[in-house]
Amino acid sequence: MKIDLGEWPVSGNDIEAASVELAIEARGLVKRFDGFTAVDGVDIAVPKGSIYGILGPNGAGKTTTLRMLLGIIDPDAGYRRVLGCERPTEVARRIGYLPEERGLYPAMKAYEAIAFLAALRGVPLKEGRRLGREMLEEHGLGYAADRQIRQMSKGMAQQVQLLGTLVHQPDLVVFDEPFSGLDALNQGKLERMIRALAARGTTVIFSTHVIAHAERLCDQVAIIAGGKVPFAGSVDVARDRLRPQVRLETRVIDGPWRAALPVDARHEGAFWYFTLPESGIEPLLRALIEGNAGILSLSIERAGLHDAFVAIAGEAAAKALEEGKGDVQ
Amino acid sequence: MTNWREKLRAALVIARRDFVAVIWSKTFIFFLIGPLFPVLVGGLAGNIGDKVQQSADRPSIGLAMGSGDVDRLLRARDDLDGRLAGPMPEIVVLKRLEPGEAFNPRAALSSSDRQVTAVLSGTLAAPTLSGPPERLRQWVGLVSNLAANAQADKALAYPQVAMDEVAGTAAKVRSGQAATAQGGQVVLFLLTMLLAGMVLSNLVEEKGNKIIEVLAAAIPMDAMFMGKLFAMLGVSLVGIAVWGAAGGTLVLLGGQGMPALATPAVGWPLFLVLGFLYFAMAYLLLGSLFLSVGGMASTVREVQTLSMPVSMFQLMVFFFSSYALTAAGTWVEWLSWVFPVSSPYAMLARAAQHQEVWPHILALGWQALWVVLIVRAGAQLFRRSVMKSGPSQGKGVWSRLLRRGVAKPY
Repeated sequence: MKIDLGEWPVSGNDIEAASVELAIEARGLVKRFDGFTAVDGVDIAVPKGSIYGILGPNGAGKTTTLRMLLGIIDPDAGYRRVLGCERPTEVARRIGYLPEERGLYPAMKAYEAIAFLAALRGVPLKEGRRLGREMLEEHGLGYAADRQIRQMSKGMAQQVQLLGTLVHQPDLVVFDEPFSGLDALNQGKLERMIRALAARGTTVIFSTHVIAHAERLCDQVAIIAGGKVPFAGSVDVARDRLRPQVRLETRVIDGPWRAALPVDARHEGAFWYFTLPESGIEPLLRALIEGNAGILSLSIERAGLHDAFVAIAGEAAAKALEEGKGDVQ
Repeated sequence: MTNWREKLRAALVIARRDFVAVIWSKTFIFFLIGPLFPVLVGGLAGNIGDKVQQSADRPSIGLAMGSGDVDRLLRARDDLDGRLAGPMPEIVVLKRLEPGEAFNPRAALSSSDRQVTAVLSGTLAAPTLSGPPERLRQWVGLVSNLAANAQADKALAYPQVAMDEVAGTAAKVRSGQAATAQGGQVVLFLLTMLLAGMVLSNLVEEKGNKIIEVLAAAIPMDAMFMGKLFAMLGVSLVGIAVWGAAGGTLVLLGGQGMPALATPAVGWPLFLVLGFLYFAMAYLLLGSLFLSVGGMASTVREVQTLSMPVSMFQLMVFFFSSYALTAAGTWVEWLSWVFPVSSPYAMLARAAQHQEVWPHILALGWQALWVVLIVRAGAQLFRRSVMKSGPSQGKGVWSRLLRRGVAKPY
């Protein structure tokens, strides 16, 4: 099915043009590894206080993009500005980062691990220890504060690392695939935490290959596939770029009303599916009634982010996305 | 650029974590008692070896001469005992020969009845010493002296020699300070050899448990390298303090004094302070190199493979510094002072032999500068090759090594 996408791509420039204050701004980021181009001219603009998702299948370049934004690696080409600074490591104290591959020192106690992560970001050790115990208590892990990381389950250790990521109250939080490895309950908990962070003005950027998370949480998304970003903008804009889909059920199988259906209309079971014509629903309805279609039901459905993703990134990327999500919620 | 205070703060966070992790680990006790094993084994082996040596090879000369010659020789031996340098061999009478009686020294030497090292036969006027060549060379003068003394008509009068002690001649001071210099170098080498290699595997843990990603995002990589070096230096100093205290206690309990070493040119207090500083510098210099090299290794197996070349490198540095000690005033000595990794060894030797202090201030500054340079280069190399940062053009090791500074592709 061919879908009219309007003007593509929509870039972060639109946001900048609207003079929104940005937490992250990146233009033309390029990163090659031994001849392989992992990220190829990525543009991203993340408004302050927003929840921003980088959506793409495994190997699309999400992690490499985040690592460049954090200053862990330098780009081969391009420009980045994070919290107003071109060298992200200089504002590291204001950033929290949870990498995809979680890791803590196994011999450390839970509260010490949080204090250590806090100390890395400039919080005095004593204060970090106090905060560590407090946060563990708050999140129902107080009983495990003195337990070594090696004695914890993987899920518990992940929660400790998450708390360590947030302990210094960063202005910007970067999560790389934060939902992977979490059960449904903890995924819900994390979603609530992300919303709470944004509510208090923290900018959250996360990568995911699960569309549902991005759709539920994000104000803005960047869709990334093959190292390129074909779309960056608000979720609503992405969805609105697809015309609503019409589902029609008629009593009469054939008749003059059929001429009113668009050329892309397809018949599946008892229903006709087609894209809402540009002229809108009223002329269509009039034509169906006048053509004696005998309408049994008619619904207009707004396109989901998944449809937008398929349209933007292509079927192959969408398939890769589906294959990669072992823990989709 | 992230300021130095911030880097130092980050380095101390890492140093504290690593230091505490090592000190409180169960294996640290083995680290502390480790050096005692060779001392114990060496002591035991030496003791047993001495006993075996004493019973197997007690130097003695078998005597087979006419009865009168034997008596005169024994008297001469008693006269000379204590007047010659070194211990006098035991003299064992094998046979008092009757006039005209023949004696076969070779048969006596191969006999297992009386085990003697050499046999003296013939007459006092024409003595024959039979035995292994090295013993003959050692004792021929002594035997000649004994025979001459024994032939004298009356006992020789040995005059009393008045002794005028002079504490130290210039030559003695020089050679004593050279010995102190060498001793200092050996101790410095042994400590760095024992301790600096530990740094090789220091980044394997971070890479293994993936925390390297969090560290790299939070602090500058060179701060992490520096923190790790500080931590391991701290661990080493704890080890040295414990070993020093244990060794000192053993010496005191054993009632033995320290081996007499000549006072270094700068004096003992300053020499010890410089020894500490040069140990720290040698450790940081070698440690920063090893940390950089070890950082490239991704598994413990790779680190183990690197251990041998690293030990060889340390040996070469030590040999070079020792050689420079014998080449005073030449370009070799200058090179050993200037070459960063040999500089601490060479300068400690200099402290034992020359009293100027200012070259040490200069040398310490020079060495510190190199520590910073190596750490920065190592961190940069780590970022590029392990973290895959920076421009990807130029895949060769040298091109990567030579690419300086943080990549600024934009």
